[in-house]
Amino acid sequence: MSRAVESDLVERLLDGEHRALARAITKIESQSPGYRDIVSELHAHTGDASVVGITGSPGAGKSTLVDKLAKYYRDQGETVGVIAVDPSSPYTGGAVLGDRIRMASNVGDMDVFFRSMSARGQLGGLSTATADAVKALDAFGKDRIIIETVGAGQNEVDVVKTADTVVVLVQPGSGDDVQMLKAGILEIGDLFVVNKADMEGASRTVAELQEMIHLRDDPRANLDTGHHGAEAFDDAGHGHGGHADASDAETDVDAEDDPSDGDKPPVWTPQVLETVATTGEGINELVETLDDHRDYLDASGELAEKARKRAGEEIRQLLRSDVNRLLEAELDRRGGVDAFAEAVVEKETDPYAVAEDVLEPFRECLDGRDD
Amino acid sequence: MSADSEQRTIRCLIAKVGLDGHDRGAHVISRAFRDAGFEVIYSGLHRAPDEIIQATVQEDVDVLGISILSGAHNTLVPKVMAGLEEYGALDDTLVIVGGIIPEEDRPGLLEQGVDAIFGPGTPMQETIDFVKENAPERA
Repeated sequence: MSRAVESDLVERLLDGEHRALARAITKIESQSPGYRDIVSELHAHTGDASVVGITGSPGAGKSTLVDKLAKYYRDQGETVGVIAVDPSSPYTGGAVLGDRIRMASNVGDMDVFFRSMSARGQLGGLSTATADAVKALDAFGKDRIIIETVGAGQNEVDVVKTADTVVVLVQPGSGDDVQMLKAGILEIGDLFVVNKADMEGASRTVAELQEMIHLRDDPRANLDTGHHGAEAFDDAGHGHGGHADASDAETDVDAEDDPSDGDKPPVWTPQVLETVATTGEGINELVETLDDHRDYLDASGELAEKARKRAGEEIRQLLRSDVNRLLEAELDRRGGVDAFAEAVVEKETDPYAVAEDVLEPFRECLDGRDD
Repeated sequence: MSADSEQRTIRCLIAKVGLDGHDRGAHVISRAFRDAGFEVIYSGLHRAPDEIIQATVQEDVDVLGISILSGAHNTLVPKVMAGLEEYGALDDTLVIVGGIIPEEDRPGLLEQGVDAIFGPGTPMQETIDFVKENAPERA
């Protein structure tokens, strides 16, 4: 693999060749030699796409919703990239990636670039691979990029955090799901969508979600509803991001009554929407709210802040995996971890002493530097 | 971790093309491939050649497995092959066909660029070994 081959691939990708985009993502996903050069070259061409992450439990309707969203954007004349992440078997590494089946509205439309990715058992590497694949789609010129993932664990949460806007999909009547949301996913959602809203229990799930969002936002929210009556209720249902949060309320109790927010920075309160993805019901509202959130990110400066945070996290993640590789190599050079483990079990040494020992040359190397 | 992630993972698309509602075979092979450590993308039933081409190109699969039991292979397979060629995906995709393909139709399909045809009763391991040995390089 020479540098020239990578540059050629990047060039063809930027020229809009679908096959080159597909191959670039393959290289990124398998971390094949040279993939870093590709991502480095692509980086300068990124930043124009709006990235939405969609997560939710299996069967909530993510793929169907993504299909309808893609269709909507295509009808507006925009191009779409989708990355669907599915779990892989921890035993064989094999996987069945089934999200493509639902992409029925965009049959044969090459301007919807749909790519399935599996976790491949990479520790933390999945979010790096996803972020890099998003860069490839962005550089290719996709206007809208959607990341779809099963929201089961930290790994998936990290993946979906590479998006600017995070949508959490919930099924009606799924008390357990809402429990799960409490545990962590609630914090990452900018938007909650109760899909299959024609099913029994949908309105109850909506109410539960709204309650949790407002508990999270402002411990006094429940008390406030008494004062503000219908207006507060309206706000909870169809707020437009101008809803004052706890800190505003402390300094200015009348903040919520004042429609002219003036010079106050805009605040986003997570919205709860209802959709029926199979029929397309509620998709327009979803798209509008996604755009609202995007506007909010722009206006508040949070978009730039997010980009900075993400870049920082990417650097850290890369360094971690690189240092890890160095350490593994050092371990191998010293006869492998098994020998050390044996010695620890035999009480000849202890894990801390071994770690100290293996790390010694690295530390010396760094201590010697004064630049 | 580094060793694992650099290990080559074979990606396959298992595709049902045309008006053929029998997908038991496709399910069985998807599962066997998964258990062999491959990443399998299953197309679902009743796909048009265009969809198969789109999926093969975008997913950059190493292997395209087409399952046809309807007898329309002489119509459908050439369309898929032509589409792969158009997008520059024919050379580095291993194309295998499974299902009911009469003996006299086989040479024609192989000539169009199909790499192998597996009829009913082929041992699963034989197909898996063939894929492992012949999956094209994705350097």
